[in-house]
Amino acid sequence: MAKSSIMPGFRPAIGFTLVYLSLVVLIPLSTLVFKSFQLSWDDYVNIITSKRVLHSFRVSFVTSLVAAFVAGFFGFIVAWVLVRYSFFGKRFFHALIDFPFALPTAVAGIVLATIFQPSGFLGKLLSETFGIQVAFKPLGIVMALIFISIPFVVRTVEPVLLEFETTMEEAALSLGATRLQVFTKIIFPNVFPALLTGFALAFARGVGEYGSVIFIAGNIPYVSEIVPLLIVTKLEQFDFEGATAIALTMLVVSFLLLLVINMLQYWVRKRSGQL
Amino acid sequence: MSAATQPVNPARLFVREQRALQDPNWIKWSLIAIALSFIGLFICLPLGLVIFQAFSKGIATYWSALAQDDTVAAIKLTLLTAIITVPLNTVFGVAAAWAITQFEFPGKSLLTTLIDLPFSVSPVISGFIFVLLFGAQGWFGEWLNAHDVKIIFAVPGIVLATLFITFPFVARQLIPLMQEMGNQEEEAALSLGASGWKTFWAVTIPNIKWALLYGVLLCNARAMGEFGAVSVVSGHIRGVTNTLPLHVEVNYNDYDVVGAFAGASILAALAIVTLILKTALEWRQANR
Amino acid sequence: MSILLSNISKKFGTFAALDQINLEIPEGELVALLGPSGCGKTTLLRIIAGLESADEGRVLISGQDKTDHDVSQRGIGFVFQHYALFRHMTVFENVAFGLRVKSRRERPSEAIIRKKVHDLLNLVQLDWLHDRYPDQLSGGQRQRIALARALAVEPSVLLLDEPFGALDAGVRKDLRQWLRNLHHDLNVTSIFVTHDQEEAMEVASQVVVLNHGHIEQQGTPSDIYDHPSNEFVSKFIGQTNVFNLEEHDADWLQTAGLPTTHQKGRVAHVRPHDIVIAKSTDDNDAFVILKDWQHLGSLIRIELVKSSVNGQSASVYAEMPNDQFRRLQLNKGDKVDLRIRHAHWFH
Repeated sequence: MAKSSIMPGFRPAIGFTLVYLSLVVLIPLSTLVFKSFQLSWDDYVNIITSKRVLHSFRVSFVTSLVAAFVAGFFGFIVAWVLVRYSFFGKRFFHALIDFPFALPTAVAGIVLATIFQPSGFLGKLLSETFGIQVAFKPLGIVMALIFISIPFVVRTVEPVLLEFETTMEEAALSLGATRLQVFTKIIFPNVFPALLTGFALAFARGVGEYGSVIFIAGNIPYVSEIVPLLIVTKLEQFDFEGATAIALTMLVVSFLLLLVINMLQYWVRKRSGQL
Repeated sequence: MSAATQPVNPARLFVREQRALQDPNWIKWSLIAIALSFIGLFICLPLGLVIFQAFSKGIATYWSALAQDDTVAAIKLTLLTAIITVPLNTVFGVAAAWAITQFEFPGKSLLTTLIDLPFSVSPVISGFIFVLLFGAQGWFGEWLNAHDVKIIFAVPGIVLATLFITFPFVARQLIPLMQEMGNQEEEAALSLGASGWKTFWAVTIPNIKWALLYGVLLCNARAMGEFGAVSVVSGHIRGVTNTLPLHVEVNYNDYDVVGAFAGASILAALAIVTLILKTALEWRQANR
Repeated sequence: MSILLSNISKKFGTFAALDQINLEIPEGELVALLGPSGCGKTTLLRIIAGLESADEGRVLISGQDKTDHDVSQRGIGFVFQHYALFRHMTVFENVAFGLRVKSRRERPSEAIIRKKVHDLLNLVQLDWLHDRYPDQLSGGQRQRIALARALAVEPSVLLLDEPFGALDAGVRKDLRQWLRNLHHDLNVTSIFVTHDQEEAMEVASQVVVLNHGHIEQQGTPSDIYDHPSNEFVSKFIGQTNVFNLEEHDADWLQTAGLPTTHQKGRVAHVRPHDIVIAKSTDDNDAFVILKDWQHLGSLIRIELVKSSVNGQSASVYAEMPNDQFRRLQLNKGDKVDLRIRHAHWFH
């Protein structure tokens, strides 16, 4: 309490914070939990294990996972290039990275749908040359989620690469390491926790993403229907029980995933002596 | 998400090429090519398409699409939402950051975690919880109905859902900054006899103003662009409860591509302006 | 191994960090590159290591031209100013790194690596820390681990950048002596960079004084102290009093017993210990006044004030052993006679 001894304004600040937090976030969010108490366990299991729901969970998690991997891989390269090399237009590209953050998801959705639909610029190219259909398939969802994920990965990895002590690399080189060994043994292990964070953020965002996905996904049950859309569908049919059960499951699973990833990160940092 | 929205000082991207750390040219240029292709495909192409599509049928069609009553109503509603939510969440952000960074109290880290909570909730669920509260079948549904108050499928619902979604933005920018700065300057001002309120305005606010603006900017962009949460509570009533993103969706689903992209281009312009201001603020903050 | 640098030049933008450096370092020496910050000493060290490339000039190590060799092929060991230990590896793995990254053909077996790393850790007396991470070590411990790591690859030359710069004063003293002894035992040609003249004089067998990208003087510590080749070196190494003939010091110096008739230069530098003082016997003739003194351990530093012809007063510093000063029985404000035994003249 020493810190607060002379600073004024604690009561009004904390008071407003707690009241506002409760009104805007905690009370609304807790209704989901209370609502779910009205469901019996059997009802809940029935809803969650229905074929359509299980499929949508599979679609959501698999596409998010794939997208986070792809964005993680390429996002790392983008961050690397932006930090380590100088080339014309670098600052412009640096600023562009945040475009997916700034662009409203609905706009992203219709733009990506327009690009990848069978008559679209890339959709046509891909289907005619390679016979790959993107839109209205899980692949389309992956594309939308990659778009959304880019800034999460780049913006978490970039500062860590910037802060990275380059003398560690010089030390490794002076000890006879090859450039590849410097990367795999020195740089990557130090950047990995940040990459993992970026991956986790991208994945968590992907699972919940709605606006940018629904236009390109085609929303075909059992094929390209994502969990958030299924919640909306249940709502439109006034199936509040169904929506509640799915929403709560998704919330819990996302929190568990974040928890697992946080623990994983803690473990990685601990193992590498960074804690 | 906190880390992902922290500003990176663009000036620091200046590279001093040291001999030992220089990658061979073929590696350097291949990686640059891969990175730029990736950015080109996933960022530049969508950006170009919005601009191209909006004007593809000529500028006259574009203006007529924008001049429709529904579009104008959607723009007004979007602005209204932002005007209500951004100041509220800004005041909250400052209050929360003040409480968390200037004082020690039990449960502080829990509070910090709770502030971030809306970031990890799907937009659809964010809207859904307000339906559960205020919808026809919700906790307050009957009472609201009896008193003829409409929240869901009306403007208040949209504002509430947007408040929830944009809740952490300002606080998230301020907390790390104020933590790093500590409170020595504030203590100095107080020791010189300034009142608490005076100290806040004369010492704290000037120190955090760029980060505050940065938070407000991101908060505003999200408030104007939010789709999922708003979509759940809005009911999609043309000209009444459609924000601009919803208006874009409705037009797109009605195969009114020009109309959809006219609205989309406004939102894209908003995104570009946000990006430019954001970059400018990053420079400002870096040179503070 | 011997090191030969010929005509090394390096510019950063328009700033000439190094200008035509020629330097020969015989095998087995422990050399200090000494100079004020920004003089180019670290750049020179990095060029020898191959971490930086020179714009011009060649680097030869034991007669072989290594200018175009990368740092990993120069057979040098480099100890970084802030140690640059791999923070995600244990102390053991840090030291083993240089052995583990060798190609499969040259890589020693795990058992040999293990023995060698433990031997090195014993050499730096830190084997008990082998499973710690760098963040858990003190500055002095990190320094020694960094040294062990550099020695693991049996470098022909050991390069150290400000090896004691980031350490507390006490630890620094111990490590200086330790490094000197270690060098004596291993006898590997070593170069270290420092801005601290005392450190250079205490540790090195050869000192190279650098300023503004030039070599001002190279020699043994006593050479450099006793025969500074120019004003910069004389001022930079140890304390000195500066007397300028053009500023009317000539008569004064004459009185102090330093003949200025057959001028050997324009400026005289006098070390504090080359000034002898005695209580003035003649009240009228005394021309310096004792202002104050400070104890520097076994020595006393005495601050004297002289007034010059133009009426300005200036301080002159003298040093003498404690007991000698006590015998003089001087008090603050006493008039003092002064004699200069020896001076370095510069133009």
